[in-house]
Amino acid sequence: MNIVVCIKQVPDTESVIKIAGDGKSIDTGDIKWVMNPYDEFGVEEALRIVKDQGGEVTVVGAGPARVVEALRTALAMGADKAVHIQDDDLYGADPIAVAKMLAKAIEPLSPDVVFFGQRAVDDDSGVVSSAVAEYLGMPQLSVITKLEIADGKVKGTRPIEGQTVVLEASLPAVISAQKGLNEPRYASLPGIMKAKKKPLETKTPADLGAERSDFIEIATLNPPPDRAPGKTVEGETAQELAANLAKLLKEEAKVI
Amino acid sequence: MADKEIPQGGGFLLGPTDPAAAFVPEEFSDEHKMILTTTADFVAGDIVPMDEQIEAKDHAVVKKLMASAGELGLLGSDVPEEFGGLGLDKISTACITEEIGKSGSFAVAQGAHTGIGTLPIVYYGNKEQKEKYLPDLAAGTKIAAYGLTEAGAGSDAVGGCRTKAVLSEDGKHYILNGEKMFITNGGWAETFIVFAKIDNAEFSAFIVERDFPGVSTGAEEHKMGINGSSTTTVILEDAQVPVENLLYEKGKGATIAMNVLNIGRYKLGCAAIGGAKGALTQSAKFAKDRSQFGMPIAEFGAIQEKLAKMAAKIYAAESSIFRSVGLIDAGLEGISHDDPEYGAKASAAIREYAVECSIDKVLGSEVLDYVVDECVQIHGGYGYVSEYPAERAYRDARINRIFEGTNEINRMTIPGELLKRAMKGKLPLMAAGQKLLGEIMEYSPLMVELPDEPLAYEAHMAEMAKKAVIFVAGLAAQTYMQKLIHQQEILMRVADMVIESFAMESCVLRAKKAIDALGEEKAQVYMDMTKAYMDEVLPQMLIWANESLAAMSEGDDLRTMMIGARKLLKYQPANGVALRRAVAARVLDKNGYPLSY
Ligand SMILES: Cc1cc2nc3c(=O)[nH]c(=O)nc-3n(C[C@H](O)[C@H](O)[C@H](O)COP(=O)(O)OP(=O)(O)OC[C@H]3O[C@@H](n4cnc5c(N)ncnc54)[C@H](O)[C@@H]3O)c2cc1C
Ligand SMILES: Cc1cc2nc3c(=O)[nH]c(=O)nc-3n(C[C@H](O)[C@H](O)[C@H](O)COP(=O)(O)OP(=O)(O)OC[C@H]3O[C@@H](n4cnc5c(N)ncnc54)[C@H](O)[C@@H]3O)c2cc1C
Repeated sequence: MNIVVCIKQVPDTESVIKIAGDGKSIDTGDIKWVMNPYDEFGVEEALRIVKDQGGEVTVVGAGPARVVEALRTALAMGADKAVHIQDDDLYGADPIAVAKMLAKAIEPLSPDVVFFGQRAVDDDSGVVSSAVAEYLGMPQLSVITKLEIADGKVKGTRPIEGQTVVLEASLPAVISAQKGLNEPRYASLPGIMKAKKKPLETKTPADLGAERSDFIEIATLNPPPDRAPGKTVEGETAQELAANLAKLLKEEAKVI
Repeated sequence: MADKEIPQGGGFLLGPTDPAAAFVPEEFSDEHKMILTTTADFVAGDIVPMDEQIEAKDHAVVKKLMASAGELGLLGSDVPEEFGGLGLDKISTACITEEIGKSGSFAVAQGAHTGIGTLPIVYYGNKEQKEKYLPDLAAGTKIAAYGLTEAGAGSDAVGGCRTKAVLSEDGKHYILNGEKMFITNGGWAETFIVFAKIDNAEFSAFIVERDFPGVSTGAEEHKMGINGSSTTTVILEDAQVPVENLLYEKGKGATIAMNVLNIGRYKLGCAAIGGAKGALTQSAKFAKDRSQFGMPIAEFGAIQEKLAKMAAKIYAAESSIFRSVGLIDAGLEGISHDDPEYGAKASAAIREYAVECSIDKVLGSEVLDYVVDECVQIHGGYGYVSEYPAERAYRDARINRIFEGTNEINRMTIPGELLKRAMKGKLPLMAAGQKLLGEIMEYSPLMVELPDEPLAYEAHMAEMAKKAVIFVAGLAAQTYMQKLIHQQEILMRVADMVIESFAMESCVLRAKKAIDALGEEKAQVYMDMTKAYMDEVLPQMLIWANESLAAMSEGDDLRTMMIGARKLLKYQPANGVALRRAVAARVLDKNGYPLSY
């Protein structure tokens, strides 16, 4: 089984995010970058499949030099090799532009399965995996929490409102992973030391013959509104308190 | 640091340090960073959720977590590859130790296991012993403990040792009798390093298995903190230890004990920084969430000052400790695990930095105690109740000033080692002292011209602090000669001056490197923490100097000495309030320690 896992490097969810002076990007000075948590499910699933069925896992990531850290983490988890598409200007680009580049890098690898996270926790666009499937001419099983691969076919389960839908397609296919698919492993120390010696290829968009074509751009980024201070419900008796609380919930919070 | 000259242990006192020879956390390799992340993820994902069971000393849970840690490689960084470990550098171990340090009691179990429990075999075991014991210890399938202390043998572990070993008649076993006290992991360890005197004379170490006939452990101690760690007696009643389980050589127990303690000391420092960073995070978050008088208490200057002092102290300890570990790594470079003399050579290399190891132990444990105390204070009443983690952090921290050599014993080691080396001519401290006495009359702080560069004044004051150490220690040595050892009050103050000189220089070196790497603007917080730290410490240096001088002299002599000390430590205070407000702003912004890797 030849598996590709696409990895995006995103700000750690613990990082304090500040909007940069241009109002369209984030201030990256103080940010800790990590592998998109949903992509970890993809890496884990790929490693499990290869353990059972044999094969190779290649991780692919696009962006500035720092993205190598996320790729190395995947190698330390157990992936076999990595491809880094180096483009210093790609973070915050049109997801379609990113998808085009990824497709160009994935195509020559002729994978049986391509994994994505179902969304990236930074921009939440959720578009890249579908666009790549389209560019590669592969079927896509999206938001998958359970996966079986056998006899050239893939069967994936997606939860929908308390029920599930089971999707089937023939390989090669694109899968986008949802929380619940598995419990991603930590990169072990032996894995970290081995990762140093694993192949990591760097390619430029030009090497891939990919041209940047952004159809959309970020117009503005807005910080969340400041949290309003809490309010103490006034009243002497339980009845009064309850009545005042109900009033506040109705008139101010407008939730009842 | 291959082609650079490695500074001598204690050598920093003699003059400025080449920044290239001072490792800083900003120089972590990609692997170091991944090790930090893996360890942090393991603590957050596996240890923290089991906190209640760990605190209840649930053996099965602790054993399972140790095995998980072993599987991840978190127990084998110091164990050579051929014996199931990873044989990594000491910075890697320091990274693991710091992150595990955030896990409270588990850190103590893991630390005793990988440190004092495992290292005696790594450094002093023969091939058979290593093959037999190390793979299980590195994997965490067996847990190790270290039995040195006895009821009558605490700080005086060798002199007070009453545990006896006698060769059996058939020559196949040593028969051990005695009782070890306060043994970490006692309740669940399978392997014990036990110290005993052969024929009441030769202090030696043995590898003792729990299953050997005559070995048992006592009840759990009821402790102030680290309740999830096991602390018991180890009882040896005609315990039969096969002769091949003698570790290293007969009569060489003290060598093992002291060298393993050196490692234990800087490692304790690493764990302390981890714990302190955790407490600072709790403090910053609480201060932002808690409102009184209509605003978050984080907006009050009194609270900001606390947060800034906590951060600056952590910065000083972290800079000192990683600098020391870098020195030790440089010293160990080129000593191969395959060398039959590996243990002797490696422990000599580590022993070279015994002064730095003691500095790390004292500084780390005291910074931690300062930080957890202020953490409770910032929490107000909520810091005193167990619903919030501050209360437990406060109790858990306290042991660090007691074990791995009490801080008094470690403080005594500092001037003790320095003077020993000076006497042997290894460290030219006496010559430096004589030279200083010659110069000091001519010296005027007003005449000093400093280069026009950031931190020039701080770099200068760090050097002057070292001169003050040499001045006071030199006069003490001259005054008391061989009897200086009985002047513990002076030795304690000299130790404090040495510790703070090293810490201040470590702050400056690191900030200068940050300026070179990031530019002044981005390195601002490094500079602010350096200045804020020195602003607190420098006035204290003069107090220690004067108190020491006042004890050893009087009249005109004393006055002359004090003029000398005052000249050396003449200090123009900074605007500490502004500096600490700037640091606090960063702490609040980052929800904790302002630097990350
Ligand atoms: C929770 C816990 C875990 C421990 N784990 C282990 C372990 O795993 N293995 C192990 O072997 N031991 C362990 N110990 C023992 C620990 O190392 C000792 O408690 C420590 O060395 C101090 O010895 P002591 O308690 O006998 O105190 P003492 O040595 O009696 O010291 C009492 C006081 O006197 C001071 N003092 C002693 N001698 C001098 C001197 N010459 N000059 C000035 N002051 C002096 C000390 O600094 C201290 O303040 C542990 C202890 C605890 C509490
Ligand atoms: C064991 C215990 C027993 C108690 N018994 C009683 C009792 O019998 N009766 C009773 O009424 N109360 C009692 N208390 C409550 C106690 O008096 C309060 O905890 C104390 O007054 C602090 O208030 P707080 O805990 O809300 O902390 P906070 O007021 O929130 O303080 C948190 C931190 O902010 C600082 N801070 C607050 N305001 C400012 C400011 N303006 N400027 C600078 N810093 C500020 C504080 O100094 C502290 O460091 C008890 C508390 C405990 C833990």
